[in-house]
Amino acid sequence: MNNTDKKGHLSVRDLVVEYRAGGETVQAVNHISFEIPGGRSLGLVGETGAGKTTTAKSIMRILPDHATQKVEGVIEYDGKDILTLSETEMQSVRGGKISMIFQDPMTALNPVKTVGDQIAEGLKVHQGLDKAQARIKAIEMLNTVGISEDRADEYPHQFSGGMKQRVVIAIALACNPELIIADEPTTALDVTIQAQVLELIKKLQEERGTSMILITHDLGVVAQICDDVAIVYAGEIVEKGTLEEIYDHPMHPYTEGLFGAIPELSKNVRRLSPVPGLPPDPTNLPEGCYFAPRCPYATDECRAKHYELERITGSHYVRCIKQEQEG
Amino acid sequence: MWKYIGKRLLQMIPILVVVAILIFTLMYFVPGDPIQILLGDSATPVQIEESRARLGLDQPYIVRLKNFVVDLCHLDFGESYMTGTNVGRELVTRFPNTLILAVFCVAVSLVFGIPIGIHCALKADKLPDRVWLFVTMLCSSMPSFWLALMLVLLFALHLGWFPSNGIGGWKYFVLPIMANSIGSVAGIARQTRSSMLETIRSDFVTTARAKGLSEKAVIIRHALPNALIPIITIAGGHFGFMLGGTTVIESVFSIPGIGNYMLTGINNRDYPVVQGGIIYIAFAFAIMMLITDLVYAFVDPRIKAQYVSGKKK
Amino acid sequence: MMENKKTDKKAGKVKSSKPGSLPYVWSRVRRRPLAMTGLIFILVIFILSFISPLFLKYGWETIDMKVRYQTPSLTHLLGTDELGRDELARILYGAKYTISIGFISTGVSAILGIIIGAVAGYSGGKTDNFIMRCLDVFQAFPGILLAIAISAVLGPGFTKVIIAMGISGMANYARMMRANILSIRSSEYVEAATSINCSTGRIILRHIIPNAISPLIVQMAMGIASAGLQASALSFLGFGVQAPTPEWGSMLSSARSFIRDYPHMCIIPGVFIMLTVLSFNLVGDAIRDALDPKLRD
Repeated sequence: MNNTDKKGHLSVRDLVVEYRAGGETVQAVNHISFEIPGGRSLGLVGETGAGKTTTAKSIMRILPDHATQKVEGVIEYDGKDILTLSETEMQSVRGGKISMIFQDPMTALNPVKTVGDQIAEGLKVHQGLDKAQARIKAIEMLNTVGISEDRADEYPHQFSGGMKQRVVIAIALACNPELIIADEPTTALDVTIQAQVLELIKKLQEERGTSMILITHDLGVVAQICDDVAIVYAGEIVEKGTLEEIYDHPMHPYTEGLFGAIPELSKNVRRLSPVPGLPPDPTNLPEGCYFAPRCPYATDECRAKHYELERITGSHYVRCIKQEQEG
Repeated sequence: MWKYIGKRLLQMIPILVVVAILIFTLMYFVPGDPIQILLGDSATPVQIEESRARLGLDQPYIVRLKNFVVDLCHLDFGESYMTGTNVGRELVTRFPNTLILAVFCVAVSLVFGIPIGIHCALKADKLPDRVWLFVTMLCSSMPSFWLALMLVLLFALHLGWFPSNGIGGWKYFVLPIMANSIGSVAGIARQTRSSMLETIRSDFVTTARAKGLSEKAVIIRHALPNALIPIITIAGGHFGFMLGGTTVIESVFSIPGIGNYMLTGINNRDYPVVQGGIIYIAFAFAIMMLITDLVYAFVDPRIKAQYVSGKKK
Repeated sequence: MMENKKTDKKAGKVKSSKPGSLPYVWSRVRRRPLAMTGLIFILVIFILSFISPLFLKYGWETIDMKVRYQTPSLTHLLGTDELGRDELARILYGAKYTISIGFISTGVSAILGIIIGAVAGYSGGKTDNFIMRCLDVFQAFPGILLAIAISAVLGPGFTKVIIAMGISGMANYARMMRANILSIRSSEYVEAATSINCSTGRIILRHIIPNAISPLIVQMAMGIASAGLQASALSFLGFGVQAPTPEWGSMLSSARSFIRDYPHMCIIPGVFIMLTVLSFNLVGDAIRDALDPKLRD
């Protein structure tokens, strides 16, 4: 409860988010908790629909009003619970303290406003700059992300996908946020461009000492950029720890499946294949472990009882009965 | 850009010519004899033959068509069979009334329809929205000529606020514009609502929110400009409906416009009148479509890029 | 003259209904009380239109100069007109015209449009170009004016006005059908069908039409309402169905001269036009919501 005063430190505790779709309740996020110490980056890894983007949008409080049924839990930042802030207070947080980089650059920008204007807008709101000053800073930002300044008056459709994403990054970083949430920032881009954009994000994050949440389904990307990792499945975290802890000793069967890895000889020797089956229906989650239907090690006990996250070593946590059997 | 305008104007010409030929041919086949109507029952066969020859109605179709098109190229719309007056001059006098009616109807539909649509979109599925949806549907279901009569009943006959027919100042246009535009207001409101709803749920609006802008700024500076772009095209289409609607409204309010002129023309088999009227209306419609497209291009930079000869990026 | 679109609808079970199929549409429409009210109104008034002469006290053509211009009363529930005819009888008798002209002319427009659009879309090249230019000319001026012109050529009468409106309204359906055909034609499953030697007719029947049908039905459902309005406008202006036949539009036309002294004659037919068109709109709206993929759950 004390160190969220440190710049960029975020503490999410017991977050629950439910949507309402087609008359049914979708349990998108089921008691997710994690901490990001200032200056570190966390990779949120999981399949599509696991609840990663919903978590991100809850932190920013930009969930779709008309479809959201319930949001519970505590998101602590800068000594305050984000979920209890007023809308006006939240507006100064968004873009000013916490920024988001969105997934699809093709649709993330306003088609009828120039790129320069869209960057300058946030500056005027958060830093109180006037039109001329904001424009100067906006051009600086464009340079920072590698776009020449004579393009400031062009419109989004005149840029390629990768360049558009750079603009999105410029918008997100313009007001010097303390925490960046990057939601699959390179998924929609060509492989060759992906590397460039990731480099840029990493560089800017390190230079400015911002914290980051990187949402992705690509373990390779996580390895490049993140300090810590949290594996998300069916709206909950099934494993979390530092990059080394997770990558050297993946423990949850789902994580193992993601790596397609062979466990160490000293552990259970059964060889794993890519995870078969599909994630569970979020309107109808199973009684016990959510992963049991797809888990090669599942027992009746797994299917009966829902397990908690348990600490293994250091900062490594796993939500699985299996780890009880090992050291 | 001017090249584009020039191109469009040139494209208009063959269409107008074909429209002219089409309407000429239709009028050729309309049963009934203009001469009979002109001269009445007491006319002798000799008088009828003389009149027919004088008006060129004894010639075969092709000859008449040729004469018609040739005259048209000189912008000569001929003379009315009934009154002998120059049709072109008459059209020029009447055109402003029809145009004012149509243009103001579109303007009214935008001025009232767009705010209603925005209001409904912001309160989607709640009570105000549902009420407005029903009201707009009711308005779209009203026959304009009946509404005109009801308005005359209330505002002209009962309250005496506005005159019930003719022209002579702005007051004479109030009731006709109200009657003709009600359906359009409803239509624009619904289209604005659905366009706003779609825009509000798009990604760039989420980006705008994520920047920390106030909800008002998000709606006004980001959602609204994008949502209104398709409305431009729709409004252009409505102008066409308004032009058609003025025919009925002019009849109810005895406004000397082109619609009224054409109706009388059809009833009297006064072909030059009908032909001239339709060509005027088609021309007005085509110009409006061109203006709509230009406004659209002006407002949407993605479209503008297609028209302006490219600057290297 | 009997239309049978509505009587085809079955009361299908919700659970096993395939989206886009008739039972599905019916189950969705059924859930909307306003739409059902509209549907019932149209059915009731249409049926009454045929059977009312059997039980009403006064015939729609019975002239009685002694009771002219009466406002609604217990004997004449909707009053009488300038010739002493019972308004209620005339209104009910005339209902069939607005309703059936709306339906049938929309059907005619749709069929003409589908054929022309299909020909244009499937032939491509010069034929397509020619047809599109023709449609451009057709749409160069407001539809109602074209309907008036064609109506003048054909003369007055029930069938003539249906043809006039049918022709003048077909352009939209033609463009829609053509667009559907063009997009489906180049889609892969049609390529696949052609590659296994599927005949052209079979392709059209089994692949193209089912996919093109949905938006067309939506267009038709909304189009019936405006057709109804246009029909009454045409008779108001003196085209189409003529006096003494009590089509609502022409009733309004003859009532115009009496607006100062006997306004009830002007109010009543218009109210009925509005209620009928409103019903068409409500049902059409419900059908559109049922078939629109964007709104489906």
